[in-house]
Amino acid sequence: MTSLVLLDHEAGSIKQPARSAVAAAEKIGGDVHVLVVGENVGDAAAAAAKLPGVEKVLTADNAAYAHALAEPLAALLVALAPAYTHLLSASTATGKNVMPRVAALLDVQPISDVSEIIDADTFVRPIYAGNALATVRSADSKKVITVRAASFDPIASDGGSAPIEAAAAAEIPSLSRFLGAELSKSERPELTAARVVVSGGRGMQNGANFHLLDPIADKLGAAVGASRAAVDAGFVSNDHQVGQTGKIVAPDLYVAVGISGAIQHLAGMKDSKVIVAINKDEEAPIFQVADYGLVADLFVALPELRAELEKT
Amino acid sequence: MKILVPVKRVVDYNVKVRVKSDQTGVELAGVKMAMNPFDEIAVEEAVRLKEKGVVSEIVAISVGVTAAQETIRTALAMGADRGILVETDISPEPLAVAKILKALADREQPGLIILGKQAIDDDMIATGQMLAALLGWSQGTFASKIDIADGTATVTREVDGGLETVALTMPAIITADLRLNEPRYASLPNIMKARKKPIDIVKPADLGVDPSPRLTTLKVVEPPKRQAGKKVGSVAELVDKLRNEAKVI
Repeated sequence: MTSLVLLDHEAGSIKQPARSAVAAAEKIGGDVHVLVVGENVGDAAAAAAKLPGVEKVLTADNAAYAHALAEPLAALLVALAPAYTHLLSASTATGKNVMPRVAALLDVQPISDVSEIIDADTFVRPIYAGNALATVRSADSKKVITVRAASFDPIASDGGSAPIEAAAAAEIPSLSRFLGAELSKSERPELTAARVVVSGGRGMQNGANFHLLDPIADKLGAAVGASRAAVDAGFVSNDHQVGQTGKIVAPDLYVAVGISGAIQHLAGMKDSKVIVAINKDEEAPIFQVADYGLVADLFVALPELRAELEKT
Repeated sequence: MKILVPVKRVVDYNVKVRVKSDQTGVELAGVKMAMNPFDEIAVEEAVRLKEKGVVSEIVAISVGVTAAQETIRTALAMGADRGILVETDISPEPLAVAKILKALADREQPGLIILGKQAIDDDMIATGQMLAALLGWSQGTFASKIDIADGTATVTREVDGGLETVALTMPAIITADLRLNEPRYASLPNIMKARKKPIDIVKPADLGVDPSPRLTTLKVVEPPKRQAGKKVGSVAELVDKLRNEAKVI
């Protein structure tokens, strides 16, 4: 039994959700190989080689892989698949785009967003926006899996020394072209990797008010998130969205400010270790999941919180 | 250009689902059903492309129980031209649905297929990508903007760090994300007109597809409930608790 994990990487390092996917692969048992795909992936491959528990790093270095387009990536994984029993990736934008394509080419039903490994064939995954957890057993000879990163503690980024090997070249279909990206620039940690997340909801009232969260996030080293209501109202861009249709997060501390706590938002953050809610409506459902609730007007509470955090 | 839009009948998104006490699934008896919200966005996009003159015919397809005809009627009332129901009592997995849709695409020869990015019941996020693979077509998933010109679909995609734009050689598969558009409500005259639009009914076997699932659901349970914690009286108390009790800051 050998698993192959497609790693998300950026600027020569392995992203945290990918390290959670490796943790999931190690829970399956057997050997774990990882795949680093892209253009000029030397640094990322070296970083992958240090992941503890990884037996081998495969690389595929080609300009055609630079933007992780689904069609060439899927063709590569399918070419590598005969050597593996399990193919995994994190449930990132790339993983969700590529892995079902791989599964179809292998005539396999993918198992998406796995939150627990029972055994090599049996997995738990959330359905209905996390309102139910299904335990499913796959009858396919190969398993194609995306991993809910928030449900698995990422493996360390250091400690291993796996050999690096170039994967055999695979067919590169040219069905699509990358034209460009508009990525949000931020000095803050990424939402899915942050130890602390401070999120605002519709209660923030407008986009300008969202900046009230900035000094608090800076002080806590936090990422800034938002509810779908705040995104739909145009306060912040969609890549801030925490929830079933946005990003799933599980930080040590989640601070929900002016968020009522719709089911779809709770689905994205209820696995956080400590949840704080600040809302002036004491009946807001967010208080039913919050460890610490503060019933207060956020426009009073946020400046106070900022001052309190700056005290020491 | 012809366009296919698959639509799934799911539990209405406003319904709070309940897990059955025998742990075999969620309660569906007597529960309000509706078109999967992401599929509504896909239908809306198809109708807009038709209104712009890019698309000449919209075929709405559903795979599921007899009552899924209602879901097709909703698409017809929004502006789709005709429907195909692939009738099965099995709740089909994305792999089987993709095979069924591939067979229909081979028959219908569309230039574009737009699907919702995920169904809100099984949350698999897979059918569009799988259909693209089986057809050997390009894919633009999680689309927030679509432009069709000169045999190319330019798709802006929602990715983890923001947006990305790709050019797809057509025919192509696109899956709709939330921000692609806001679906219209069907008007009463259009609902009446939709009753006269044709719906073909076929079986998976007619298309040479075995819809048997590959995954066996062993049990379905409620997620662990989080205990509500305590209310704090002030910001100072909150910060003190976070520092000294929870020790997270």
